[in-house]
Amino acid sequence: MKNPEPGMTLIVKTITRLTVGLILLYGIYIVLHGHLTPGGGFAGGVIIALSFIHLMLAFGKETALKKLSEARASLIESLGAIMFLSIGVLGIAGGYFLFNFFVDKGRPFHLFSAGTIPFCNIAISLKVGAGLFIIFAALIIFRSLGSEE
Amino acid sequence: MELNLLLLFMIFSAIVAVQIEDLLSSVIAVGAVGLGLSLAFLVLKAPDLAITQLVVEILCLIILIRATIKKDLPFSTSGRWVFNTMSTVVFVVMFLLFAFFALRELPRFGAPIMRVAQEYIATGLQKTGAANLVSSVILDFRAYDTLGEATVLFTAVIGVLAVIRKVGRINNEKS
Amino acid sequence: MSEYILCFVLFCIGLYCVLRKRNIIKIIIGLGIIEYAVNLFFILLGYRAQGRAPVLAKDQAVTNIVDPLPQALVLTAIVIGLAVTALIVAIAIRIYDKYGTFDITKIRRLKG
Repeated sequence: MKNPEPGMTLIVKTITRLTVGLILLYGIYIVLHGHLTPGGGFAGGVIIALSFIHLMLAFGKETALKKLSEARASLIESLGAIMFLSIGVLGIAGGYFLFNFFVDKGRPFHLFSAGTIPFCNIAISLKVGAGLFIIFAALIIFRSLGSEE
Repeated sequence: MELNLLLLFMIFSAIVAVQIEDLLSSVIAVGAVGLGLSLAFLVLKAPDLAITQLVVEILCLIILIRATIKKDLPFSTSGRWVFNTMSTVVFVVMFLLFAFFALRELPRFGAPIMRVAQEYIATGLQKTGAANLVSSVILDFRAYDTLGEATVLFTAVIGVLAVIRKVGRINNEKS
Repeated sequence: MSEYILCFVLFCIGLYCVLRKRNIIKIIIGLGIIEYAVNLFFILLGYRAQGRAPVLAKDQAVTNIVDPLPQALVLTAIVIGLAVTALIVAIAIRIYDKYGTFDITKIRRLKG
């Protein structure tokens, strides 16, 4: 009982259309509030990668790769690494490498506070999310012959 | 008390995962061990780790199931030969010996020696302005470790692409 | 004290699985169990009885917090463990394509 079209059954596709946007939004929320509530860059990055993987599992490879191609994911991953390194190099102006160089740390327990920590969280989440998506796409796309009809 | 029950559940699921013959069932049992670990992190007052362990466990299960589906062969779980049994016993006994010596030096459970962390807790909010102390530790006091972790992740991505991409090339050459 | 002993028993179960099984996927499962046991041991060392989570709130005094340093180390260790597992699974898929089996006693030749 295999479907002639790629992906899973109709029930899975309908539920995916409803929930994949909410998963992405939840991941972005955990990344941005990383300095106030538990979470941070690593957990948020994995959740963002999981939303794209959910799209790929439910609809097949072609549809998901149209939303986020491999070349663009590789660009986003390198962008995250360059952002993290440039924040570190800019800290040399204040003292040492990776120094939190914002003089005014803002009021605590508010969203705009804690110096360079929110920007570092965003950079780490871009790197982790795009990297895990590339790993999963490579394991699924280059399936060998003899194991897929 | 709840922690001991959770650890017993994890040990039971690990024994099931190791001994069962069907590959798909043992992968699902490893998922149960990971879920128990996430609950244990919550009982030990570490909410960051509970969130991260849960989502990482889901991704690990997806990758393992995609690797084993349509590929499980009936295999026998009998051991290899006598030399293997002897070396296994030697390794496990050596590990238990070192664990016994280590257990006598450990502090009592619930009273940690916090020599470095006292300063991080006392001056964390005032020096960095972040309310989450674990975030201020990994991104301000110890940011080098985060840079090292980003490098390891990058190396793993390059490694997976280098190992897998050869299959595509050989397929193109043959056909 | 009993928590440490149960954690070592979990490590021994993973060690037995790595040493005695013939299937590559079983060996990967054993490595995963070893990694769970080591992460759990780190966090057990830093627990303070009747402590609070290391997230400060607006109107509570800063007292009696569990150790935040092992939690920061284990946070990166969990994500690195996932990347290493993905790499081993990719190598296992490649081995299956070349030899047609997951049985390690039949994978003998190192070249060719």
